Amino acid sequence: MFSIYLMLIFFLLTPLVSPLFKFFKEKANWVLAVFPALFFISMMMMIPTIQYGPKIISLQWVPSIGVNLDFVFDGLSILFALLVSGIGILIFIYAGSYLKNHPLISRFYVFLFIFMASMLGLVLSDNIILLFIFWEATSISSYLLIGFDHENPEARKAALKALLITGLGGLSLMAGLILLGSITGSYTISGMNPVTANSPLYGLTLFLILLGAFTKSAQFPFHFWLPGAMKAPTPVSAYLHSATMVKAGVFLLMRLNPILGGTADWHLWVTLAGTTTMLTGSVLTLGQKDMKGLLASTTIIALGILVTLIGLSTSLAAKAALVFLLVHSLYKGSLFLVVGIIDHETGTRDITKLHSLTWVLPFSAFSAVLAAFSMSGFPPLLGFISKELLYEAKIQAPSAGEIILITGFLANAVNVTVAALIAIKPFLGRKKKISHHIHEVPFSLWLAPFLMAVAGLLFGFFSDSLGRLIISPALAVIHAEPTVVKLKMWHGVNEVFLLSVITVLTGIIFYFLYPQFIRMAGKLSRLRRFSISTIYERFLTGFQKFSYRVTVFLQNGRLRYYLMSVLIAMILLVLLFIFPFSEIEWKLEITDIYFFDLALVVLILIAAALVLFTSSRLTAIVALGIIGYGVALIYALYGAPDLAITQLLIETLIVILFALVIFRLPNFRSFSGKLTRWRDAFIALASGAVVTILTLKAGSLQFHPNISGYFLEKSYREAYGKNVVNVILVDFRALDTLGEITVLTVAAIGVFALLKLKRKQK
Amino acid sequence: MYPLIFRITSRYLLPIFLLFSLIVLYQGHNAPGGGFIGGLLAATAFIMSALAYGGKTARKKLKFNPATLVMLGLLTAVFSGILSLLKGDPFLTGLWIHIHLPLIGELHLGTPLLFDLGIFLTVIGITLWISFGLLEENE
Repeated sequence: MFSIYLMLIFFLLTPLVSPLFKFFKEKANWVLAVFPALFFISMMMMIPTIQYGPKIISLQWVPSIGVNLDFVFDGLSILFALLVSGIGILIFIYAGSYLKNHPLISRFYVFLFIFMASMLGLVLSDNIILLFIFWEATSISSYLLIGFDHENPEARKAALKALLITGLGGLSLMAGLILLGSITGSYTISGMNPVTANSPLYGLTLFLILLGAFTKSAQFPFHFWLPGAMKAPTPVSAYLHSATMVKAGVFLLMRLNPILGGTADWHLWVTLAGTTTMLTGSVLTLGQKDMKGLLASTTIIALGILVTLIGLSTSLAAKAALVFLLVHSLYKGSLFLVVGIIDHETGTRDITKLHSLTWVLPFSAFSAVLAAFSMSGFPPLLGFISKELLYEAKIQAPSAGEIILITGFLANAVNVTVAALIAIKPFLGRKKKISHHIHEVPFSLWLAPFLMAVAGLLFGFFSDSLGRLIISPALAVIHAEPTVVKLKMWHGVNEVFLLSVITVLTGIIFYFLYPQFIRMAGKLSRLRRFSISTIYERFLTGFQKFSYRVTVFLQNGRLRYYLMSVLIAMILLVLLFIFPFSEIEWKLEITDIYFFDLALVVLILIAAALVLFTSSRLTAIVALGIIGYGVALIYALYGAPDLAITQLLIETLIVILFALVIFRLPNFRSFSGKLTRWRDAFIALASGAVVTILTLKAGSLQFHPNISGYFLEKSYREAYGKNVVNVILVDFRALDTLGEITVLTVAAIGVFALLKLKRKQK
Repeated sequence: MYPLIFRITSRYLLPIFLLFSLIVLYQGHNAPGGGFIGGLLAATAFIMSALAYGGKTARKKLKFNPATLVMLGLLTAVFSGILSLLKGDPFLTGLWIHIHLPLIGELHLGTPLLFDLGIFLTVIGITLWISFGLLEENE
């Protein structure tokens, strides 16, 4: 329970980040890292409980539509939560040094906080609507983080790309989850029964949910947003785009495996997407020179591997996926952070230019080598166990085993190559060759990659308890059958081991051939024209052009045309949709007409005529004001004092505001032609007529029983107010009012921006 | 630009308007009035002052930045709703305390009143934000 509150409080804490930075200055990152650390500890303490089955916590939110704060603690959610918060601690520490003296560092931490909290919410959600909300929150916060360097147009473009792709997937996911909810009759995952393939909506639901998961986890053909996302500051790349956010899609597939998985469709599409992604990632990797780019494309490979394993739907594959997920997060996070350190110190990430860094960056070199060993799958690291499991799972694949195995082999070999490139190439070389400007980085920078790399080693030693305490309960979530996971380091010399050896050798051959790959990639760069990324960009440009044309047509900058289109739209909509409902009652009850009423009506009519025929703007505005006051008095006469007062005040303000604006306008100079006037008169009369008829009709339409009696009855007794209008505004319908003042605020910000823009142009 | 009579009267009218707007805000629950009307009244008072003395002086008299007032108002409104959450009721449920005061009688204080105060501040802020902006455009 404590941890849930903690997670929710993370969102509320964000406004405090900036003051914390003012108070603690450069040590603020350590203070901020306490929050993920607290969460991490609370998750660790949950581990003994989940051995006996999932624990569900539910807080009411909107019970009327089945949306509650339902959270589930089981092996899967704990594994992910530990990863997110654990790596979060390290990233929080690292980023403080990495972005030291950056003017917007507190903003960065706000985004990071929101992201982390959303990610934790996502993995802990049991309610699918809640899960979707957190899912979208991670997309949005990731958009802000990728575009953090917002003055760089490339970063903005990459951020938009990520947002559009994951946003598209998000919409599809929402539709899919709602379908899932209505098929199973439950909005909590723990309350759902498995959906069989015979269900008529199974195909559609599966398609929509897979689209959501694939976009988020950068599966082919949506993989292209991920390399672009590397424009973010390196800690973000390490955290979001390798260790956590992109794993959200994988998480969703794992979570829904017991409900949607196991069918032939699932098997086909998930495996196909995963294998294609592995292949695409491998091809994209070879020939890159940018170290961050290399790591980004191997992340695509890793995601492909994970998705393929989930598609295989065997217990062994699920086990392999869980272990690989953990291994990958650790070594990829570590390598990314090392690259960040190198970039920070040398100013370049070009693999061909870097050398001899061991002499100045010993800790980074050590972390890189250790992480690279894990990535290539050497014993005694956890990476070795993971790779053995991968091969084992693929050999035992129920169908299409050969293709999966060959692709997997290629992917693993490329991983070995990249590991060697990152961990050997920049660090080897003589001491003399190194520039004097490069220094060892502070403790807070090398700590994070170091700890992650060491974790990969420690988990290798303690693989037995890891398997028993965390992987087993997580596996129980993905596969309902109870299995005890035993992770062993040494299986003896068998076909899997031989395959591992051949993989490493192939990887090393690739490493020595790498200059050739770079040359080849240079020659093939012309093919980029046909890439999916280019198609996306063409589509986006075309769409922008189209929207521009539509906008220019509808909003040509002349207010009278805006007004015209609004009025015509109103007339047409009312005629089309409201009129067919029932007949209009033409019966007007003309009760006694008093002198005051008549006088007011005459006054309003005279003022209206004046507005039409005057040639001075000021007169027109004052006359309009008279109309407004007249209407206000009518309200007052018919017993609506609140409305009358409001109308009076608003009219006064409008007249003043108008008077302020007309100073700036030129005199009436060009008068419209006769035809235009007839057209305007027609539209004006038509809209007047429509509104009149609508008003008459409103009295005769009654869709629901009258609610005013309820308000009158409850107003004083339960809300202690005699003014029912006000009680409705601030109590019965307070949420509407809150929405209204928020909209007003947004409008005011708009006006302010326009005024400021104009002042700037001067 | 700033006529003398208008300047003098507006100086004395400003506090009266403000006091009146507060009364309107408070009595809104039982008689015509409320946060919206009160806010408009108070805003009108400052606009009057701005017309007499110019935008800068009026801003000084307001003491707050209008944008700050808007945010303060929104926060107050949201806060009044959160109070009921803490008690376990849905967001924005009205909570009341009743105090018996000698001489004055019974006093009902509740979160809807706080919510109304939020509206009051927001309306003042928005109106002045826009009108000061327009006014300074002319100066």
